[in-house]
Amino acid sequence: MTASRIDRRAFSGSTLAAAAAAVFPMPALGAGSSSRVVVIGGGFAGTSCARELKKIDPNIAVTLVETNRIFTALPMSNSVVAGLRKIGGQQFEYRAITAAGIDVAFAAVKAVDPQTRQVALVDEKSLSYDRLVLAPGIDLRWDAIPGYDRAAAEKMPHAWNDGAQVDLLRRQLTEMPDGSTVVMSVPVAPARCPPAPYERASLIAHYLKTAKPRSKLIVLDAKENFSMQRLFQNAWKELYTGLLEWVPLSSGGQVVSVDVASKTIKTDFDSYRANVANIIPPQRAGGVTALAGVADRTGWCPIDPITFESKQQANIHVIGDAAIAGALPKSASTANSAGKLCAAAIVQLLAGGKPRARELASACYSLLAPGYAISITAKYRPVDDQFIEIEGSGEISPLEAPQSRREEEAKLADDWFTQITGEVFG
Amino acid sequence: MASALINVPKKAKFGDVIEIKTLISHIMETGFRHSTTGVPIPRDIITSFVCTYNNEEIFRAVLYPAIAANPFFIFTTIATESGTIEFTWQGDNGFLATASATITVE
Repeated sequence: MTASRIDRRAFSGSTLAAAAAAVFPMPALGAGSSSRVVVIGGGFAGTSCARELKKIDPNIAVTLVETNRIFTALPMSNSVVAGLRKIGGQQFEYRAITAAGIDVAFAAVKAVDPQTRQVALVDEKSLSYDRLVLAPGIDLRWDAIPGYDRAAAEKMPHAWNDGAQVDLLRRQLTEMPDGSTVVMSVPVAPARCPPAPYERASLIAHYLKTAKPRSKLIVLDAKENFSMQRLFQNAWKELYTGLLEWVPLSSGGQVVSVDVASKTIKTDFDSYRANVANIIPPQRAGGVTALAGVADRTGWCPIDPITFESKQQANIHVIGDAAIAGALPKSASTANSAGKLCAAAIVQLLAGGKPRARELASACYSLLAPGYAISITAKYRPVDDQFIEIEGSGEISPLEAPQSRREEEAKLADDWFTQITGEVFG
Repeated sequence: MASALINVPKKAKFGDVIEIKTLISHIMETGFRHSTTGVPIPRDIITSFVCTYNNEEIFRAVLYPAIAANPFFIFTTIATESGTIEFTWQGDNGFLATASATITVE
């Protein structure tokens, strides 16, 4: 079994090298005196990593590669869907990053060659690196739900990966008449931000309750259990009885196909006609990880938990949602912490040192209604090649709590967002 | 009684191969686990699933502790005549669940 895995890896390595030879006809230029780190992906993970690298060692030449000039933060975007926030409040520019001495290249990546350590951009530029950091986030799997492709997402938005989609879902909810049926589908794990679909369900239900009370939300879930489940379900009972129906896997919640023309969502046992459909498809690591040969058969990228270096390619690190590392959740908070730890490890590796294992903290807030939030926090540490949750480090909002506690957490959620976006993009 | 979901085509042409799906909510406790205090958790599984088509058995499965919670079956049969397709799940602790559907064969 081990032998066949090595064979497979050796094979994919050689095909990659062959493909790369065509893209990089010229040999790389000689290295300068300082080390070069290229970071691909300007989200919470990549931007945090780029800034931390420059902060620890200003002599490192850091290039951040990102396709969008404006970053749309997805934490709190469910509030945009429900009309509680404006999309503008989610958007950030890269000015502060440039000002910090980081070279920001707005271009898509065409190829990565791990052998010659070069990244080819679509604008024909080529970047050499000593260490490459991949932080591309997730890609949606367009092959996972028959009938759900990119064109379908213009009618049945996923609202999961960009601001325009969040806006589209908001608009569809605003335009639908009262008495409508909203259908939401929740994918299997692993997926970006485990509690987010349930936060979204709560906030859509809040919108229905306040603006379209004869409407209904049906949540079709490919899972049986989810993060903070009892807290969510208690709140749904308290706030949204009759408005929100959750259909788990064991009740036939797994979506097997969609039909855009009739706005029909099919499960194994039923079919649902929706006025507004929000389909969150299964996910995998962002496309550039496949170009670099760091994603495995699961579609995600296994990494060393101390250095965040890929287990499949030397000198390439993977952070944020694209990485798979034991218990580490795919959240903005984790991405931010991982970005910083990875930067510190890279600086040590470049100096010939050996990074040591460090703890990583994660915090995740979910808003269930205005002035009503819950949270889950935990710390993780590398053990036996994986991140494990440190026993007793986690804290979750209590099941029974006065409204004042929920209000306080809603305020903390706002503060957290201001703090993290300020730290990463300000 | 546990909730069972079934999906049988309402109509089929004579001789068609039809697909049947069933899903039943069940914990499928293996009997091999212990509680946090070390007490063994007794086995509680579904042990058999039978499907009949106008009283003739067309599908049977014997289930063991290795089967995951909420057993889900998909199987096919040939539409031969209009009638009733019935499903029975039996298991530990006197577990019994049934469901049925009618099919019109043209």
